[in-house]
Amino acid sequence: MNLTLKIWRQKNANDKGKMVDYPVTDVSPDMSFLEMLDVLNESLVQKNEEPVAFDHDCREGICGMCSLYINGEAHGPDRGITTCQLHMRMFKDGDTITIEPFRATAFPVIKDLVVDRSAFDRIQHAGGFISVNTSGNTIDANAIPINKHDADESFEAAMCIGCGACVASCKNSSAMLFVGAKVSQFALLPQGQVEATDRVLNMVKQMDEEGFGNCTNTGACEVECPKGISLENIARMNREYLKASLKG
Amino acid sequence: MSGILNSSIGRKVAMALSAFFLMIFLLQHFIINFLSVINPDTFNEVSHFMGTNPLIQYVMQPILIFGVIFHFVMGFALEIKNRRARQISYARNNGAANSTWMSRNMIYSGLFILIFLIIHFIDFWIPEINTKYIQGDMSGLLADGEGFRYYEELVHKFEPIWRVALYCLGFVFLALHLLHGFMSAFQSVGANNKYTNALKGFGKAYSILVPLGFIVIALFHHFNH
Repeated sequence: MNLTLKIWRQKNANDKGKMVDYPVTDVSPDMSFLEMLDVLNESLVQKNEEPVAFDHDCREGICGMCSLYINGEAHGPDRGITTCQLHMRMFKDGDTITIEPFRATAFPVIKDLVVDRSAFDRIQHAGGFISVNTSGNTIDANAIPINKHDADESFEAAMCIGCGACVASCKNSSAMLFVGAKVSQFALLPQGQVEATDRVLNMVKQMDEEGFGNCTNTGACEVECPKGISLENIARMNREYLKASLKG
Repeated sequence: MSGILNSSIGRKVAMALSAFFLMIFLLQHFIINFLSVINPDTFNEVSHFMGTNPLIQYVMQPILIFGVIFHFVMGFALEIKNRRARQISYARNNGAANSTWMSRNMIYSGLFILIFLIIHFIDFWIPEINTKYIQGDMSGLLADGEGFRYYEELVHKFEPIWRVALYCLGFVFLALHLLHGFMSAFQSVGANNKYTNALKGFGKAYSILVPLGFIVIALFHHFNH
């Protein structure tokens, strides 16, 4: 396959940045999207040009590190996958592929296609945890009976890998699917009840302070989420938030 | 409770609650208007009751006006905040791949509805307030005193085709706004459960049938006279 890549190049956070065209030749349809970028970077290095910076780590769809807005969609045109799981067979010979970083004021570009997603970490620090004694007398989690339905729903929420595709896909750059999932995974379990009120209030407060937009329920996040996190989690977060606000 | 309206979720819920109120109002407005097609006398009687009952006039009407203004002001405030959340737009964005046109363009359908509402207020509400509270005529009767004026006024308004066309366009935008807004309001107050699919069907029917009904009323009065 021969392709033309239109890639966002930006030297650093202060640089204005621009789209640059790169032709790539002899791309195998069996390559992953990131392998195709590796090939491009090798050719750039050979030409003494600066390679394209992009995030990646596990390359098996677990870590949530790879990002990229490909042809107008987070993680590209396929469904339920991260960019490392996107294969070149999804494209046709001669295609022009536009590759941009995830865009959000709360996700500033560091370099080229790499964005700073530490806003998510700060939201997690604000309440995305349970306080458990781990000093030698930790209670086995399975000692507490949990309804199967709740356990399954909690697990589904916990599948969120914090990649930020929800923010990138949302027309408002809202982080509510991420925060909804993180609130839900604890709200559904007895272990999460102790800190439930503070958790949702603090996480939503931090989310708002980070400059994410407001959810208008377009559902784009759910469609583009590589882990299939459901909008039900946003509804649950809204309920938890209202309950916590009324409690004070 | 302090500061709930400053939080993103608090504002979402406030938008949804005002939307519920407006959707209930819209339904009763439609039912009363539809009476004008079925039975002009009943329409006149109900209109007179609505126009002179103190509870409707001095309690419900101010709440409605507040609800309308609140929904618009909050909608614009959220739109501004949401635009700030992405200052550099994508060079290529395929919104149609993951969301409906209606959901992405609520601000534009809302803006058109606002323009429509201003015209609607000038057409009906201001003359009504003028007759009742400035000229002091609470009788609801025609100038010659022969029967109620409401049906005659309604029919007269829909004589010019340009107004009928403008109203029909307004109702189309209302339908587009409702097609996303109805379910969105339920999601915002946290109602996403086993009844959601049934509610989706009801929401679609409401969003299409109510504006369509208003269109039928406007066309009926235009072509019937």
